[in-house]
Amino acid sequence: MAQLEMEGISKAFSGVKVLENVNFQVDSGEVVALLGENGAGKSTLMKILTGVYTADEGQILIDGEAVVVRTIRDAQDLGLGMIYQELNLFGNLSVAENFLVGREDKFKTLGFVNYPLLYEKVSATMETLNLNRNPKERLVNLSVGEQQLVEIGKALQQDVRFLIMDEPTSALSKAETDRLFEIVHALKAKGVGIIYISHRLEELFRVADRVTVLRDGRFIATVRTEETTERELVSLMVGRDIEDRYPHEQSTPGESILRAEKLKTSAIRDVSLEIRGGEIVGLGGLMGSGRTEVARALSGIDSLQSGKIVMEGRILHLRSPASAIRSGIVLVTEDRKNEGLLLPFTIRENLALPTLSHRSRLGLVRRQDERKNAEEWVGKLRIKTHSMEQATENLSGGNQQKVVIGKWLACKPKLLILDEPTRGIDVGAKQEIYQLMNQLKLEGKAVLMISSDLPELLGMSDRVYVMHEGTVRGELQGREMQQEAFMRLATGGEV
Amino acid sequence: MMQRIINTIKRYHLGPLIGLVILIFILSFATAKFFTFGNLRNVALQISVNALIAVGMTFVILTAGIDLSVGSTLALSAAIAAQLMVGHINPWLAGGAALFVGGLAGALNGVFVAYAGLAPFIVTLGTMTLFRGLTEIYTNGMPIFNLPRGFAGFGTGTFLAIPIPVWVMALVFVAAWVVLYRTTAGRRIYAIGGNERVAFLAGVPVKRYLVGVYVVSGILASLAGIILASRLGSAEPTAGVGYELDAITAVVLGGTSLMGGEGTLIGTLIGALILGTIDNGLNLLNVNSFYQDAVKGLIILAAIMLDRKKSAGR
Ligand SMILES: Nc1ncnc2c1ncn2[C@@H]1O[C@H](COP(=O)(O)OP(=O)(O)OP(=O)(O)O)[C@@H](O)[C@H]1O
Ligand SMILES: [Mg+2]
Repeated sequence: MAQLEMEGISKAFSGVKVLENVNFQVDSGEVVALLGENGAGKSTLMKILTGVYTADEGQILIDGEAVVVRTIRDAQDLGLGMIYQELNLFGNLSVAENFLVGREDKFKTLGFVNYPLLYEKVSATMETLNLNRNPKERLVNLSVGEQQLVEIGKALQQDVRFLIMDEPTSALSKAETDRLFEIVHALKAKGVGIIYISHRLEELFRVADRVTVLRDGRFIATVRTEETTERELVSLMVGRDIEDRYPHEQSTPGESILRAEKLKTSAIRDVSLEIRGGEIVGLGGLMGSGRTEVARALSGIDSLQSGKIVMEGRILHLRSPASAIRSGIVLVTEDRKNEGLLLPFTIRENLALPTLSHRSRLGLVRRQDERKNAEEWVGKLRIKTHSMEQATENLSGGNQQKVVIGKWLACKPKLLILDEPTRGIDVGAKQEIYQLMNQLKLEGKAVLMISSDLPELLGMSDRVYVMHEGTVRGELQGREMQQEAFMRLATGGEV
Repeated sequence: MMQRIINTIKRYHLGPLIGLVILIFILSFATAKFFTFGNLRNVALQISVNALIAVGMTFVILTAGIDLSVGSTLALSAAIAAQLMVGHINPWLAGGAALFVGGLAGALNGVFVAYAGLAPFIVTLGTMTLFRGLTEIYTNGMPIFNLPRGFAGFGTGTFLAIPIPVWVMALVFVAAWVVLYRTTAGRRIYAIGGNERVAFLAGVPVKRYLVGVYVVSGILASLAGIILASRLGSAEPTAGVGYELDAITAVVLGGTSLMGGEGTLIGTLIGALILGTIDNGLNLLNVNSFYQDAVKGLIILAAIMLDRKKSAGR
């Protein structure tokens, strides 16, 4: 039995306090969840534990003895492993080589990489994760969810005493999540202490023994999961009660905004759907069913092989994202790090990027306008930052997502396509995004939402199209919108 | 305002600026001649050609590209301008034609990079040799002399006691600064360098901008070529050999990242000034020319170290 403790931890970034006197504790063979709104300081606390950052005050104790963790190496030597919230992988390398990086000495024979050994080990790890891919496949060819599994696999290969998982399931499908939980339980049985960060409350009740709640960088409470409820956790976390998790608004849909007829691209075929104004339409399906590819076709990224897209009665010929944006279609992609944000750039610059030409006169950027735009969206979306000039890479995951949504809303789109819009976003912020979707709907705009979070998809949409193997398998509305019916369609069956 | 300037200096050009100040300081004490108006004016004149090329190079490097063909473009356009003038074409027209050719050369680079998707290093390595070859064919390998007298005034004349090339350099810097920091184009160039995919998805016509930065680079190289020909009184087919490396050095010294998306024009100016000051100082100190390159290399490494220090610690 070992015990890991963090005591009186404080940390400030350039004068701004993000953690203040935080205490945290986990025993081996136990799963402790860390819960808190976006920007509460969860990731920062864990990065202190693994030597990415150094605390200004406080100490880390293992079995009551103070330890020094100054570098990631120190953490590894102490048996502390971490799966980071943001993927840290090399897209240009193969899956197996990603396992190799940083651990070369484990797979070395006479100074050469022992590839047979590497492939063997990696295949075994991939098998425990149910990741059915060739280890020689280049990493870029994997979906975000699969890449997340690779990241998890990397941590599993080390012998860890304590494992930190920072939102490991945010990109995983239901089946992958179930698999992950089996792994968590197995690790727990082996005596590994696990720190689990997630914004999906229902998950916490499945895996965690205790939950520690942070708010604004401060320790609020630690509760045992069996003695608490979702409702209590939410109010501990946001400091108020949230009545309705999925605030669905009734509205009468208006005219058709967009109609897709028999779309075919390299990844989808025969996709027909319609989205009217004043309507939130869901697009669901299992991972890999082609949901994202439909979004890419509608927003000018993937070109059509056949079929047509009709917007407000006119046929669109989308050649690029630029032409889609001009037609009023914008897409919030699922991968904010590689497709959504210019990470080293400021919030102001990111929020203005797609609308720069509207914010300029004779090619000169009107900075006043740009600043106002940034203030408007930081305010409306309640992006937690002390300055518009903050680089977005220093924002918490959820706040980064809000910046991406903000930059697209600034385009005043007629059709907003959201691909996994609430991934990595806390309950309070989710509410705000739902409200925003509702507001767009009441303004008569059209919203197409893709989500792997089934309760959310069914809860927020007026209708849902369900995809299976690259085509629309069926449509659910009204009373039919139930998980069972959804799953039947998603797995290729009938309603 | 003052605070903001200081912050900017802190954030981006601390290393190079300190390096420059230390250099000036040392040289002012080491030789009485250094810190005189005449000499400083000389330094400014000396760096003008490299600085012009470096401005274009900054545009290209900000998009994570590189332009190795600038030295050859310089020679080609100088030769064209000279040949036209020898044929009694008006110097302004001849200069215009040379700039046009420079732009065309840049466009060729840009099209290969943006539309054929080839690596900038390889494309411009190829065009570097191609343009040099065209220059040699065009000039038959011989320098072109007997340029009109009025044209020499462009490179050697002064206005308000400042050499005209220095004025040109200053104007180009101001114009480039406005483009990079005040226009949508500048913002998009930075965005492309920051993450080309994000820029593309945000509706930035990435390919057009990529062609654009190489065109800018080509035009400025050609402007540098005209100034050089005017100062020397001739256009040499071997002019500008190795200039691409001086320009890249100035840009990198100025703190611009070769990965794109990060860097400033003021940094580039400081970088060019450091290079020019080193050359000038070593000459004034009568350092044996064999040693000059080695010393210069060491100073460059030191300046870059100073700059990188800041980003290392958290
Ligand atoms: N390197 C940094 N420089 C400046 N500020 C930072 C840095 N890293 C984090 N912050 C700030 O610290 C606060 C806490 O961030 P952190 O990433 O720990 O939040 P989180 O609880 O993990 O949120 P999320 O649920 O969104 O991932 C945020 O306000 C963030 O802007
Ligand atoms: Mg986090």
